[in-house]
Amino acid sequence: MKRMLACAALALAAGAAQAQTTPPDELVKQVMLDIQRIIVEDKDLQGGDRAKTIQVIEDKALPHFNHVGMTALAVGVHWRKATAEQKKRLAEEFRALLVRTYASSLSAFGDQKLEFRPLRMKAEDTDVTVQVRVLQPGSQPVSVEYDMEKTPRGWKVYDVRVAGISLVVNYRTEFANIVRDKGIDGLIGALAAKNKSLAAAGTGK
Amino acid sequence: MSPRALVLGLALAVAGCATTQADPRDPLESVNRAVFAFNDGADEIVFQPAARLYRTVTPRVLRDAVRNVFNNIDDLFIGANNLLQGKPVAAVGDWTRFAVNTTLGLLGIIDWASDMGLEKHNEDFGQTLGRWGVGNGMYLVLPLLGPSTLRDTAALPVDWAGDPVLQHTPVDERNALTATRVVSRRADLLEATRTLEEAALDRYVFLREATLQRRRSLIYDGRPPRERPPAD
Repeated sequence: MKRMLACAALALAAGAAQAQTTPPDELVKQVMLDIQRIIVEDKDLQGGDRAKTIQVIEDKALPHFNHVGMTALAVGVHWRKATAEQKKRLAEEFRALLVRTYASSLSAFGDQKLEFRPLRMKAEDTDVTVQVRVLQPGSQPVSVEYDMEKTPRGWKVYDVRVAGISLVVNYRTEFANIVRDKGIDGLIGALAAKNKSLAAAGTGK
Repeated sequence: MSPRALVLGLALAVAGCATTQADPRDPLESVNRAVFAFNDGADEIVFQPAARLYRTVTPRVLRDAVRNVFNNIDDLFIGANNLLQGKPVAAVGDWTRFAVNTTLGLLGIIDWASDMGLEKHNEDFGQTLGRWGVGNGMYLVLPLLGPSTLRDTAALPVDWAGDPVLQHTPVDERNALTATRVVSRRADLLEATRTLEEAALDRYVFLREATLQRRRSLIYDGRPPRERPPAD
């Protein structure tokens, strides 16, 4: 038993070490191809099974997102005025909303061809943008860009741009409007209410 | 109360309460919100049901063919805009696409050109003006046409003049083609609509921000100069 635990610890440590060293473009490629393979092989996911899709995102994609950093960027100047507890709640609710949005957009994702652009980066770079293009016959390719930063736990995504539309920038104005009218707690409340209504709608199906 | 009156009533109600502090990019926000609500109503009553019906009654191959044919027609004017933007190589690419897909691709049904590595572009006269240095101007929501900017709205007559479908005669054929194109494009956006509904706290603001970001990205052909987040 003791040896098993030791082995597990070792495996975890190895996993962490590998996460640190996987270059950002390689990481994006691995994760996207992995998710695509899972979707292509699973009829439930293609049929739009929301709970299952969310689970795949939680397992495969979310570990590579810095959702606190993303929340801080989206909340913008008001982030500094928030208490630790408010920050925690904001990050939780924003994360839940992003997972649902992500799940919703994945339903349109199937066997499209993905083109991974090689990333020209220097060894000392700590902030890069990894670009992937989704090719669809008859249409202009859709560009998906991941802004990533180097952390002690490996490269983490802090913004995603789809077709040139940044998630963080898009939410920034929405968040700023709500904070101006109702304060930070108002924003937490609005996000929580949104998540609640989405969860209710999800179980209804 | 007729649905139409309901939509108008809703539009006015929204306009009445939209008194939030003005965004400098959107000075006509209250009017825009009213038009947005009207468009939403029209979409719910007319365009979405038509798009869903289209999806139900047609096989996917046919829908792919229809989409490709209209996209192929667009390549002519896309090429013209690339030329006006000083990108002759891209323009020749667009026209070659049109030539290849119209002949080998059977009037555009099959997109052989993409397989040959001739990539599809996205251009319009609003982007050309943007490339020439014309700024967005104020944000506008146009009745039925949706989110736009002052510059892109001013560019619309040129886009219409360069659109072979809208210039087609006789008129009844033109109307049939236009209706088909509208339904086909609306059907392609059904998933995006759902994502928008799920993602946005305020759909008006979310769509405005997305539109302005998207236009900026398109004007720079997907490579806009990086904007630093506001210092904090």
